[in-house]
Amino acid sequence: MSGPDGAEGLMVKAEAVHKHFGRLEVLKGIDLEVAPGEVMCVLGPSGSGKSTFLRCVNHLEKIDAGRLWVNGHLMGYRQKGDRLYELRDREVSEQRREIGMVFQRFNLFPHMTAMENVCEAPVHVRRRSKAEARERGAALLERVGLSDKTDSYPSQLSGGQQQRVAIARALAMEPKLMLFDEPTSALDPELVGEVLEVMKQLALDGMTMIVVTHEIGFAREVGDTLVFLDGGVVVEKGTPEEVISNPRNRRTQDFLSRVL
Amino acid sequence: MSDEEKPEAPDLVKPDGARPEAIKAVPVRHPGRWIAVAVLAVLAAMFVHMLVTNKQFQWSFIIDNAFRPNVIEGVRTTVLLTVLSMIIGVLLGIVLAVMRLSGNPILSGVAWVYTWFFRAVPRLVLAVMFGNMGILYAKYHVGGVPFAGQLGDALGVDMDATLFTVDANTILTGFMAGLLALALSEGAYMAEIVRAGMLSVDPGQNEAAGALGMSRMLAMRRIVLPQAMRVIVPPTGNETIAMLKDTALVAFVPVNNELFFQLKAVGDKSFNVFPMLVAACMWYLLLSSFLLVAQYYLERYFARGSGIPENRRAGLRALGFGSGGGGA
Repeated sequence: MSGPDGAEGLMVKAEAVHKHFGRLEVLKGIDLEVAPGEVMCVLGPSGSGKSTFLRCVNHLEKIDAGRLWVNGHLMGYRQKGDRLYELRDREVSEQRREIGMVFQRFNLFPHMTAMENVCEAPVHVRRRSKAEARERGAALLERVGLSDKTDSYPSQLSGGQQQRVAIARALAMEPKLMLFDEPTSALDPELVGEVLEVMKQLALDGMTMIVVTHEIGFAREVGDTLVFLDGGVVVEKGTPEEVISNPRNRRTQDFLSRVL
Repeated sequence: MSDEEKPEAPDLVKPDGARPEAIKAVPVRHPGRWIAVAVLAVLAAMFVHMLVTNKQFQWSFIIDNAFRPNVIEGVRTTVLLTVLSMIIGVLLGIVLAVMRLSGNPILSGVAWVYTWFFRAVPRLVLAVMFGNMGILYAKYHVGGVPFAGQLGDALGVDMDATLFTVDANTILTGFMAGLLALALSEGAYMAEIVRAGMLSVDPGQNEAAGALGMSRMLAMRRIVLPQAMRVIVPPTGNETIAMLKDTALVAFVPVNNELFFQLKAVGDKSFNVFPMLVAACMWYLLLSSFLLVAQYYLERYFARGSGIPENRRAGLRALGFGSGGGGA
C-alpha cells in the first residue's frame, strides 16, 4: 500500500494539507517532505499552525484537504480509484503504531509507574510478554537516564524526568518516526537541557524526527532542515544555517529578531 | 517546617553560629471549642440517660430478638440484594456511560432514554411494577422471530417460532423482581456518576493512548476508566449505602425475607414495635459501617500515583484528628 506520486522513499510527504476548525483556517496548504533519518525542526509564532500540522501527521486531527503519507501509508484513508474511504478506528490505530509522539504537557499515565507507562503499549498493543517488555523498558529508561526511577509515579518526578519517561514510552513502540510537540515549553529553564540532550542522542542514532520547538539552539545544532511556519503556510524552508543566519522572508526576520 | 533554610536575623544567631532555639509560643486558645464540648457532653448524657431509663426501649427484648434466625436470614437477603444490585448497577452504568459518550448517535440516544426513564420513576413504583409483571405476561415465549404470530397470519402460514416457554413466576420470583427493580434503577444513576468520572480525565490522556496505537476501547479500559475511578468511587460508596437502605423497598414486591420486614414483623406480632425499629437502626448502622471501611480501601487503591492519601491525612488533621490544634 505504498502511496503514489513519489511518496516512496520518504518518511513523511505532505501535499497541500489544509485544516480548519469551524471557520478558522489553521493550515492553508502545507507541502513538506521528510526523508528517513532527517530531523526537521518547525518554528513559528503561536497560532501559526505548527502543532496542528504535527497532530495531522499521526491523524490526531483529520485533514480537510490535501494528502499526507507517512512511510508510504496514506494517513487516515484508503484510496481506491478516485474515491477515499475513511479508515476504521482499529486501522488508524495500526497506522499510529509507527509514529511516536511526545507532548508539550507529557501526558504520562498518572496511575502507572514510569516502567508501567513504558510497558503499557508494548504489552497491550503489540502483545509482547510482560517480561520482554520490562526488559526493553529497563533498557529504554536507562537510555534516557532514569534507571533509578522505574518504580516512581509521574507525580513523584520532575517535569524533565517526566518528559524523558514520555520519550521512552514513545520509543517502546519502536516507531519509525518521532513527533515532538514543543517538548520543552512546559519545563523549568534548568530542566530543558536534559530533555534536549536525550533528543539529540536520538537524532544521532538516526531517528527520523519532526520537532516543533522554540529552541533555536537545538534547531541549529541538531536539525537537518528548518521550517518556518506562519499563518498556516510554510514561509521559509532550508538548512538551519540558511534560515537562521540569513532569513529571506520578512516574517521570519521579525520572529528571529524577537527570539534570538 | 523548613526553618533551617530561612535566612535568620543576625541578633537571633547565637555566638557559636548554632541554630536559634525553637519557638515556644503560647498557642492560640479556642474557648469556643471547650464550650461546644461541654454543651455536647450534657446533650449526650441526657440522651444516654433517656436510652437507659425509658422502659419502652426494652433492651433485653431487642437483644433477644434482633438475632432470631429469620432476622439473620433477612440480613442475608438484604446484603445479597445490595451487593448484586450494585454489581449489576455499576456494570450497567459503565456500559451506559460509554454508550452515552460514544460518537454513535443511536447508542448515545438509547443511553439517554434509559437514564431518563429509570431516574424519573421512583424505586418504590419500580419494585411494585416488577412484582406485578406476571399480569402482563403469565408465560414468556422465547422464540427466534419477533412478531412471529402476526407475521404468520399475514403470510397465511402457521408460524410458531417459540423455542421454549417459561412461566412468569419461575423467572420473576419476588427476589428477582426486586433485584431487577433496584439494579436497573441503580444503573441509571451509576451511568451519570461514571460519565462524570470519565469527563474528569484530561483529554490528553486519550490522545497519548491514541498516539501509542491503542484503540478507543483499550484506551477506555486501561487508561481512562482507572483514572475516572478516583472520581467514581466516593459517590458510588454513597450509592451503595443508599442501596442498602433501599432494599427495604422490596417488601412491596413483595419479598418477605428482607431485614426490615422481618424485624417489623417481630415487633408487630409481639406489640413491641419501637424496640424492633431501634434494632433495625442498629443493624443498618452496623452494615453501612462495614461499607465505609470497604470504601476507604477502594479509594486508597485508586488514588495511587495521585498523591491523594497525603491530602486525605491533611483533611483529617484539619478536622481535629491526629496531632493537630495549636501545638506542633
